[in-house]
Amino acid sequence: INGTTYSHDVEPRLLLIHYLREVVGLTGPHIGCETSLCGACTVELNGKAVKSCTVFAIQCDGAKILTIEGMAANGKLHKIQEAFWNEHGLQCGFCTPGMIMITKQILERNANPSEQEIRHGLDGNLCRCTGYQHIVNAVRAAAKAAGA
Amino acid sequence: MATTTITKTEKLVGKRIRRREDPRLITGTATYVDDIKMPGMLYASILRSPHAAAKIRSIDISKAKALKGVHAVFIGEDTKDAGAVPCGASLPGLRVPHHNILAIDRVYLVGHPVAVVVATDRYIARDGVELIEVEYEVENAVADPEKALAPGAHAVHPQWPDNVAFTFHQEGGDVAKAFAEADVIVKQRITSQRLIPNSMETRGVVADWRAADRTMNLYTSTQAPHLVRSLVAQILGLEENRFRVVAPEVGGGFGAKIQTYAEEILLAWISIKLQKPVKWIESRRENFTCTIHGRGHVDFYEIAAKRDGTILGIKLKLIQDLGAYFTILTPGIPTLSVLMMPGLYRTPNISADIVGAFTNCPPTDAYRGAGRPEATHGIERMVDMLAAELKMDPAEIRLKNFVRNEEFPFPTATGLVYDTGDYSAPLKKAMEMAGYDKLRKEQVEARKQGKYMGIGLCAYGEICAFGPSPATPAGGWESCTVKIEPSGQVTVLTGISPHGQGEETTFAQIVGDELGVGIDDVLVLHGDTQLVPYGIGTFGSRSTAVGGTALYYALQDLKATIKKFGEMLLESDDVTFAGGQCTCNKSGKSIGVKGIAAAAYRAMKLPANTGPGLVATHFWEPPNFTFPFGAHLVVTEVNGETGDVVIKRYIAVDDCGNILNPLIVDGQVHGGVAQGIGQALWEQAVYDDNGQLVTGEFMDYTMPRAHMMPWIESAHTITPTPVNPLGVKGVGEAGTIGASPAVVNSVVDALSTLGVRHLDMPLTPEKLWKLIAGRNA
Repeated sequence: INGTTYSHDVEPRLLLIHYLREVVGLTGPHIGCETSLCGACTVELNGKAVKSCTVFAIQCDGAKILTIEGMAANGKLHKIQEAFWNEHGLQCGFCTPGMIMITKQILERNANPSEQEIRHGLDGNLCRCTGYQHIVNAVRAAAKAAGA
Repeated sequence: MATTTITKTEKLVGKRIRRREDPRLITGTATYVDDIKMPGMLYASILRSPHAAAKIRSIDISKAKALKGVHAVFIGEDTKDAGAVPCGASLPGLRVPHHNILAIDRVYLVGHPVAVVVATDRYIARDGVELIEVEYEVENAVADPEKALAPGAHAVHPQWPDNVAFTFHQEGGDVAKAFAEADVIVKQRITSQRLIPNSMETRGVVADWRAADRTMNLYTSTQAPHLVRSLVAQILGLEENRFRVVAPEVGGGFGAKIQTYAEEILLAWISIKLQKPVKWIESRRENFTCTIHGRGHVDFYEIAAKRDGTILGIKLKLIQDLGAYFTILTPGIPTLSVLMMPGLYRTPNISADIVGAFTNCPPTDAYRGAGRPEATHGIERMVDMLAAELKMDPAEIRLKNFVRNEEFPFPTATGLVYDTGDYSAPLKKAMEMAGYDKLRKEQVEARKQGKYMGIGLCAYGEICAFGPSPATPAGGWESCTVKIEPSGQVTVLTGISPHGQGEETTFAQIVGDELGVGIDDVLVLHGDTQLVPYGIGTFGSRSTAVGGTALYYALQDLKATIKKFGEMLLESDDVTFAGGQCTCNKSGKSIGVKGIAAAAYRAMKLPANTGPGLVATHFWEPPNFTFPFGAHLVVTEVNGETGDVVIKRYIAVDDCGNILNPLIVDGQVHGGVAQGIGQALWEQAVYDDNGQLVTGEFMDYTMPRAHMMPWIESAHTITPTPVNPLGVKGVGEAGTIGASPAVVNSVVDALSTLGVRHLDMPLTPEKLWKLIAGRNA
């Protein structure tokens, strides 16, 4: 997880989100619905964005996981984090870790997405504060900063 | 480029400055309630009623108690000493149900808490809940307010068989005469459906009782930490000064976290019983069924006018679905709708009757807009129907009836005094941005091609910045302490409790300009009752208008002290403080805030009648509410094959007075509009006849997602309010209030060729498809 190897014995029913938050102590990913409909718990599992509230921890044995805590490197924010900050892509911040992780996947699949492609990409993640417009701007700005 | 880089000499207020609170939020290092962990902490899980109305015959907790890891199980009988969930609103003759924190003998809504299991982890606590056996005697329920008021309906509370919680009458002018003299009277039943606020963070509480020093630490996801402190301390008989409430990072509220909830009382009670810290985190399902809902109106409107479009009077009969019990503001919300029923129009004669109905549903309370979206939806629909009746353009009828600029301060027929305004300016600006005349021509062409194109207007007014204390249930003032530290850095302790609105930034902007310090040297703290002065909290678009003004006056006090130190240190009685410097107007010598702060704390010498240190506290009582206004214009096209509404253009022109940070104001408008569009098109709490919530998950309750939202073209007119020295009015709720009537007016306009005159929300594809298919058949 985020470049560090963890080893724990866990109950088979322990969800990945609870493993990350309660066992490993990474509280950046949030629990918004427990039904994979809101995306606040989005993390990257073996290179793909997943909703960690509907994955068992034991399914991730040997996997490579990236959480919001692993996005900034050497004290420097990731370009997507900078873009969310600059464009006011968050208000209460609860959905934000998931939004940033899904943005990473959107841009990895399409370096220069259109507004409609961005909105489609964000569809699995709910935000109640922003009306999404500044999030769309943030994804665009992140694409631009990455050279698209 | 969204944000601005600031040089130190520039003014900060008015700039698009990126937020100070964001670094912790974008790195996942912010601390929400569920991120708090304490040694020995236990987890609580609540068993809730699956029935909307039932007698409890028996509860068997023995299996749950025997489960390994379970520390305790409590039922209603155990918590009888804990008092009831508090309601702060009062009305003459109001019937207030006693709502115990756990049900005793009977349940009256789905989700009613029946028992609580406390265990070593959250999985075991939930296992324990599964093991409790409850025998219910199920009764008929009533989930619809009109059905609840019909003769023979199930009584939500047996002692009040008519389900009437209160009736309320208000009138102004001479409405009978107005209707007698009218050329035209338009009548319509208009509903404003039950909505579910759905902040992305659910509620959550950690209670930590320390018996040795009789101290309660309660961490809770709230908008009003001091209110929670006063109420829970009183309910449990604890000492208020030893009761600390912390609102840590709060993941959205929208009005649903103003209340003091059963779980806050329950968790504090459990922590005392077990002498352990205890955590409860609400599940999303619980949030849907147990946190407050919004709206829930059935309104019967009549509007009387002259043939030239002059509005003479409005009558309203309002049925408010209150739910089964009251939270902090429940019965007060519909009275706000009555206050705002004239909208922006001169309407001298009004009459309103409210009936508050009990139903077997969760309480309705303040949800973004709280009473004003309902009022605005009503008047703005009625004005459109009146225009249609008189064959007038909807813009023309609005411009004709607006309160005129020279009439401010304007006393309304409902007893308010509108502070200031230029009501035609945003409407004209929105029409100009849209190219209104051209759009109407395009509409004629589109209709020839069989398209359902609509143009909808809404001119909204709202009542904000709650408010003068005599007009609020718990005081309407706000507080602020500003400390200049010995280093010259500034700490602001505010009584408001922001949770996404960005006051850590806007307040730092105000401080920067007033004290001439850099924004990085200002820290704004909030939400901890042991740290900040007593405050009322963040709701009702009040934080900047009331809390920001308290800050402003604390800064004026500090500036006076700074000047005294400046005079002493510069040995002059002719000193000006500006741009962070005290300057002697004779010698030209100067000293900065940093030097003055060092001298004020070192205190080698003090000015006359002045103590050491640089700290000021101000409690500010507002003389009036503020009344923001604006106009939204929406162009829609309804797909005749699918019933889908496509929003082609969304134009929002808002006047919230002076703008401290345009980036944040835009964000507030966008988010507000999203919730208003959500109500207009998709969102609805649907209860079946048994009182079961059918739309109880995100799968069934249609929250706006990214692809469903249009691009919002946002603009402003600026009419500063005279109510406070900042000239700010509040913008948190504006978008929500303007959006639903603008969207519905647009869709009704689109379908007017089919003879449609009115449609009730939400305008789902199914509803519109059936309507179009039926009328074309």
